[in-house]
Amino acid sequence: MSLLQLDNLSVTFGNFRAVDNISYKVEEGEVLGIVGESGSGKSVSSLSIMGLIDFPGKVSADQLTFDGQDLQAMPEKQRRKLTGSDIAMIFQDPMTSLNPCFSVGYQIMEALKTHQGGRKKVLKQRAIELLTQVGIPAPESRLDNYPHQLSGGMSQRVMIAMAIACNPRLLIADEPTTALDVTIQAQIIDLLIELQRKKKMGLVLITHDLALVAEVAHRVIVMYAGQIVESGPAAEVFRSPKHPYTQALLASLPESSSGKARLEALPGVVPGQYDRPQGCLLSPRCPYAQEQCHKVEPENQGPLDRQVKCHTPLDIEGRPAA
Amino acid sequence: MFQFIFRRLSLVIPTFIGITLLTFTLIHMIPGDPIEVMAGERGVSPERHAELSAQLGLDKPLYEQYFHYVAGIVQGDLGESLVTHEPVMNEFMTLFPATVELAVCAAIFAILIGLPAGIFAAVKRGTIFDHSVMTFSLTGYSMPIFWWALLLMLVFSVTLGWTPVSGRIDVVYWIDNTTGFMLIDSWLSGEEGAFKSAVSHLILPSIVLGTIPMAVIARMTRSSMLEVLSEDYIRTARAKGIAPWRVIVIHALRNALIPVITVIGLQVGTLLSGAILTETVFAWPGIGKWLIESISRRDYPVVQGGILIVATIIIVVNLLVDIAYGVVNPRIRHNR
Repeated sequence: MSLLQLDNLSVTFGNFRAVDNISYKVEEGEVLGIVGESGSGKSVSSLSIMGLIDFPGKVSADQLTFDGQDLQAMPEKQRRKLTGSDIAMIFQDPMTSLNPCFSVGYQIMEALKTHQGGRKKVLKQRAIELLTQVGIPAPESRLDNYPHQLSGGMSQRVMIAMAIACNPRLLIADEPTTALDVTIQAQIIDLLIELQRKKKMGLVLITHDLALVAEVAHRVIVMYAGQIVESGPAAEVFRSPKHPYTQALLASLPESSSGKARLEALPGVVPGQYDRPQGCLLSPRCPYAQEQCHKVEPENQGPLDRQVKCHTPLDIEGRPAA
Repeated sequence: MFQFIFRRLSLVIPTFIGITLLTFTLIHMIPGDPIEVMAGERGVSPERHAELSAQLGLDKPLYEQYFHYVAGIVQGDLGESLVTHEPVMNEFMTLFPATVELAVCAAIFAILIGLPAGIFAAVKRGTIFDHSVMTFSLTGYSMPIFWWALLLMLVFSVTLGWTPVSGRIDVVYWIDNTTGFMLIDSWLSGEEGAFKSAVSHLILPSIVLGTIPMAVIARMTRSSMLEVLSEDYIRTARAKGIAPWRVIVIHALRNALIPVITVIGLQVGTLLSGAILTETVFAWPGIGKWLIESISRRDYPVVQGGILIVATIIIVVNLLVDIAYGVVNPRIRHNR
């Protein structure tokens, strides 16, 4: 049984499908990378797992289970017991994600108290332990600090401490390093991976950083306009991408453009609510698009652990098949 | 923090000079003088008028009168009433508790209704509840106080007979003036029914005076809450699996209160100035009524002194509000 399993999950805002029938699984101790441009539905899909999509957003799925428990069927109260304890999430901008009116200690202890209860003294001790675990020096003195007294990297460490407070089995990290300095980014990722290995958590790592995913993820999902266009073992997907979009993403890395004057880029942007094309959603931007791509939406192809949503998947040389 | 308070206090001096100049000029611009008003329709002979003017110091040039007045203030002397010959400060101190009692009750009413209404409207945004709260508060805000007072009086006092029409307590009770606050004094008096009578006399004036502040607080709370509810840290709080009420009451409200506190502080001005109309309509013996009567009597020292004291109170309250900020908002506490 997978730790997290979603089947045909969709999130709609009115007529707009922010997430369009995506399916994936996360196993215990597995790092799953989700990559894609801004607006491809990465964050929205993970918020829906946390149950944080508000009206008018609507979540529907054939299956949405955590450790065999149906998240959709369970009452709100029971689901809240899971969120924050068994499933935890950290967010993109740590500077705005901590409540400015409460001390760091209060916010960490609140997470502990909500799910485990306990006396203040015990909670405080736990909070100090957690801050030590995430590598914050002099944790006792940090407890009384307010978020505005912390740097971005420090805040993200506090966010991580809060997320792992109740020993979650699944951690969703939504672009945890995007808002941080480059020098801090590596530290935070190292910390996350270290904690993930130590605690054998499932980790969903949402990011723009392809190099990072290639390095740390076991499997990777490439999302485009709310759909999963390609999925598979990370190494394989990056070695020989089968979807033109994945290929374009990889080509846009600065490393691929060494010696050239300009970076490779896919022209255009992700379609929004009003400019969704017929057929394959990438077709207006795809360099290989043929007539059928503009008319018929492609099906998922390939074995379950290596799927691609394209009429003409790329071969090992990166050319479209026939 | 001390530096901050000191800086705020130094700004107070020019404000005071402005207030004295303004009240002095304005009251002297009103046609007629105290002697004519006192003499009434019988009139007064030019000789007697000159004699009385000299006696009251009204024959001196305006600037001299002004400096005399300011010199008094600096020494803590607000002068005495031209009519009753009581020191202004004494008169003020006897009447002020009544106004404070009314203002406090009005403020409690405004906060007790306005704050929850604003929170609910924000949480239930776009629903019929939200729209009705906003409609009611806009109506409340735009309603002329005296008209609203008369309307309530007509319905609840005259037609339904639920509350008394005016005054602070029924005439059958004789309450010793211990604290000046009728609620406390009537309670202390131990007279049966006195406290109840005092409460029932307070209800309508409090509602009338509290209506505008209530509307302002409700609207401010709503918009402030809406802004805070879309913040990232609210998402974080929800991601912790905290109960929804706790997210709203603990995480959102604490942040949303910061601008609301400013508004509540500013409403103190409205409560004191609104008291003028409310006290007049309900025959409430407070400083509002006192000031209005002094204006019609051209009792210059009372008007000038009274307004100066009210202005001082407003300034002090706003200073306290700024300090209260620091308590609610850690960012201010540490930066200063």
